[in-house]
Amino acid sequence: MTERETMTFDVLIVGGGPSGLAAAIRLKQLLPDLAVCLVEKGSEIGAHIVSGAVIDPHALGELLPDWRDRDSPLTTPVTDEDMYYLTQNRAFRVPALGLLMPHLANHGNFVISLGDFCRWLAAQAEQLGVEIYPGFAAADVLIEEGRVAGVLTGDMGITRAGEEGPNYAPGMELRATYTLFAEGCRGSLTKTLMARYALREGADPQTYGLGIKEVWEIPADRHRPGHVVHSFGWPLDDHTYGGAWLYHFGRNLVSYGFVTGLAYSNPWLSPYDEMQRTKLHPLFRPIFEGGRRLIYGARALSEGGLQSIPRLTFPGGALVGDAAGFLNTPKIKGTHTAMKSGMLAAEAIADALAGKEAEPVSYTARFRSSWLHEELHGARNIRPAFAKWGTRRGALYAGFDAALLRGRAPWTLHFTHGDNEALAPAASSPKPAYPKPDGKITFDKLSSVFLSNTNHEEDQPVHLRLRDPDLWRPVNWDRFRAPESRYCPAGVYEVADAETEPRLVINAQNCVHCKTCDIKDPDQNIDWRTPEGGGGPNYPGGM
Amino acid sequence: MKILVPIKRVVDYNVKVRVKMDGSGVDLTGVKMSMNPFDEIAVEEAIRLREKGAATEVVVVSVGVAQAADTLRTAMAMGADRAILVQSEESPEPLAVAKILKALVTRESPDLVILGKQAIDDDMNATGQMLAGLLDWPQATFASKIEKTGDGIEVTREVDGGSETLALALPAVVTADLRLNEPRYASLPNIMKAKKKPLETLQAADLGVDMGRRLTVVSVAEPPGRKAGVKVGSAAELVEKLRNEAKVI
Ligand SMILES: Cc1cc2nc3c(=O)[nH]c(=O)nc-3n(C[C@H](O)[C@H](O)[C@H](O)COP(=O)(O)OP(=O)(O)OC[C@H]3O[C@@H](n4cnc5c(N)ncnc54)[C@H](O)[C@@H]3O)c2cc1C
Ligand code: SF4
Repeated sequence: MTERETMTFDVLIVGGGPSGLAAAIRLKQLLPDLAVCLVEKGSEIGAHIVSGAVIDPHALGELLPDWRDRDSPLTTPVTDEDMYYLTQNRAFRVPALGLLMPHLANHGNFVISLGDFCRWLAAQAEQLGVEIYPGFAAADVLIEEGRVAGVLTGDMGITRAGEEGPNYAPGMELRATYTLFAEGCRGSLTKTLMARYALREGADPQTYGLGIKEVWEIPADRHRPGHVVHSFGWPLDDHTYGGAWLYHFGRNLVSYGFVTGLAYSNPWLSPYDEMQRTKLHPLFRPIFEGGRRLIYGARALSEGGLQSIPRLTFPGGALVGDAAGFLNTPKIKGTHTAMKSGMLAAEAIADALAGKEAEPVSYTARFRSSWLHEELHGARNIRPAFAKWGTRRGALYAGFDAALLRGRAPWTLHFTHGDNEALAPAASSPKPAYPKPDGKITFDKLSSVFLSNTNHEEDQPVHLRLRDPDLWRPVNWDRFRAPESRYCPAGVYEVADAETEPRLVINAQNCVHCKTCDIKDPDQNIDWRTPEGGGGPNYPGGM
Repeated sequence: MKILVPIKRVVDYNVKVRVKMDGSGVDLTGVKMSMNPFDEIAVEEAIRLREKGAATEVVVVSVGVAQAADTLRTAMAMGADRAILVQSEESPEPLAVAKILKALVTRESPDLVILGKQAIDDDMNATGQMLAGLLDWPQATFASKIEKTGDGIEVTREVDGGSETLALALPAVVTADLRLNEPRYASLPNIMKAKKKPLETLQAADLGVDMGRRLTVVSVAEPPGRKAGVKVGSAAELVEKLRNEAKVI
């Protein structure tokens, strides 16, 4: 075995999304001489980013007050917005949206590609001297004497059989006084830290959504830059949270996508097919006709909000962004909150360095007294209301809580169980009838994955593992008829020999790193680990 | 022996490019760029020659936009010793690049120049040959093997129906084909170290080369979509279709 090399930094950041990049920038602003290193598993910054995205520039304005002079990709301001409740053939516009649902108002916000925004933030960070290394996944946490001491990057060139191949390059020890985990929703190392330091104690279980997205180029006469549309209701039933978005931005581009709350109970449900068929609704169909689909991708998001945020710090580091669950769910906005949490954590690290403390504890207090806490506190009851009362009554509650109580309800609603515990047996669940793809507006999974430019070195160990392969047959198959073959948006899971001896086939090279299987598998038997760095989707500009 | 390896920053081979709506070219906004894969093979070969003791220094050079510096850093992370960036506009033409390389050869006096056989963005397959012509040096294209001999090199090249081995006197120009080697990964420690290796930046104009365009792109179009396959009922039907529809027999 070749020796591992070691590099030591003051601060190491795992993940190059908005939270990690904002933390890096804030650190260098506070302490210009600090050695700050950031690793990103995507082949470049932005390669693994999937988001809407309508962003609120609040945190950006605090981080880089002169951002307007820096050639930023915030070029499409939101001009108008509509929210619809859908039935199968009709769309009812929610009137006086700003009044009824002030938490949704998007005035002053921008429609962007979050991937492009991250590329731009990374350039700002590099100018300040942050060392950014895309193409390297943090594969394990280094813990020494109870303190996080950094991470190990994954080995490269290990063969499928687990041996050192001709191009073997061992992973590296990246050590740091403080490590920030900015892995986004359901981070693989974040998960081990939560277990190791019991960070979830006292927090509600996290609840998630799966967002599946397409970018289209549409004829210019139908393009309304800055127009923002959301829908809820059909095709989901009243007990399943979710809906579609459609944002016009850039040069004749639209971002279309669909979020399905992963607390859904019908194992036959296919988030992918829900997203495809929603395009056929009379509200959306005319937008896509004559257009061409350019990009496809998927990513989970943390929807639990304030009640589900775990303890944020541990000796040697902290969690930031969607890894901790800072998303504002009713707004479906997590970018400004992720950035703000990164900035607060950076400030706490500066405190901890000054006081030579092992744990950047002031992060929690800084969060509690920030606008971020106030914002999440105001939004805290809306998502759980949908969980408790379903879509229609939940929406009524949301209007009541937000418009009348202004988020200051004297009560807090709670989540009671994890998304993996929500499935009903397949035998007692109705099978939805999804239309066949037409190849023009709706497509099959494989041609979609093709548009995510996903690529994994083939000769490497499978990065999706069943902790106990023997559980698959009695649980996943006998009870739920392999829900993973439906919720995975990339067609990674297939059942072979279903008629005779059903067994699970894992096409790991198609994985778009959305993390849904790690979340939704009924007995949490599927374990998502980082594949070789650089592998996964290669989302281009515009995503 | 000193080796010069010219490399080009191109659209990453994983990216599915798309033609701009107006047909004026490929849409490159926000698209991932990487080292041309054939150039990676050229860099790898130069490093291997140095590791075997057949070469003493590997210098990489790129002609292109400022971001090509990242591509040069990658080559240095693989093992090249130093780099030269000649800044110019996006996608200079092969003849202009060959002239710039000639000027650099005069400055650096390498014994061997190894290039990729072609760049995957425009598939021109011309720069190596033009450079050899301008320098009046021997050339071996499409190399699948390079061996140092007493005072020259032996190059095996892929030709139709087999391979051919040439003996060349130095200095010489070689272009690399796919089977020459399998390039190594740039490991993280080496990427970190490459940040400290020397990278010199020149302006194309300083080398006195006329970068003017001689080629005009008339139009760029995507290949026509493939038609869905059909199942044939019998061998006779297949023959009929091959003859009358596909017109191949
Ligand atoms: C479908 C969808 C729509 C959304 N719409 C909006 C919207 O309209 N507006 C809005 O404001 N927000 C929106 N959000 C939320 C927003 O995108 C996220 O909250 C935000 O991206 C979180 O930022 P982050 O930095 O915490 O994580 P991420 O953006 O997820 O970034 C994490 C990064 O870390 C990398 N990484 C993870 N693990 C490792 C590892 N072990 N080693 C190395 N690198 C690693 C990942 O590849 C990724 O690049 C949406 C989210 C989704 C999924
Ligand atoms: S295998 Fe898991 S993480 Fe990968 S695309 Fe499928 S559901 Fe998402």
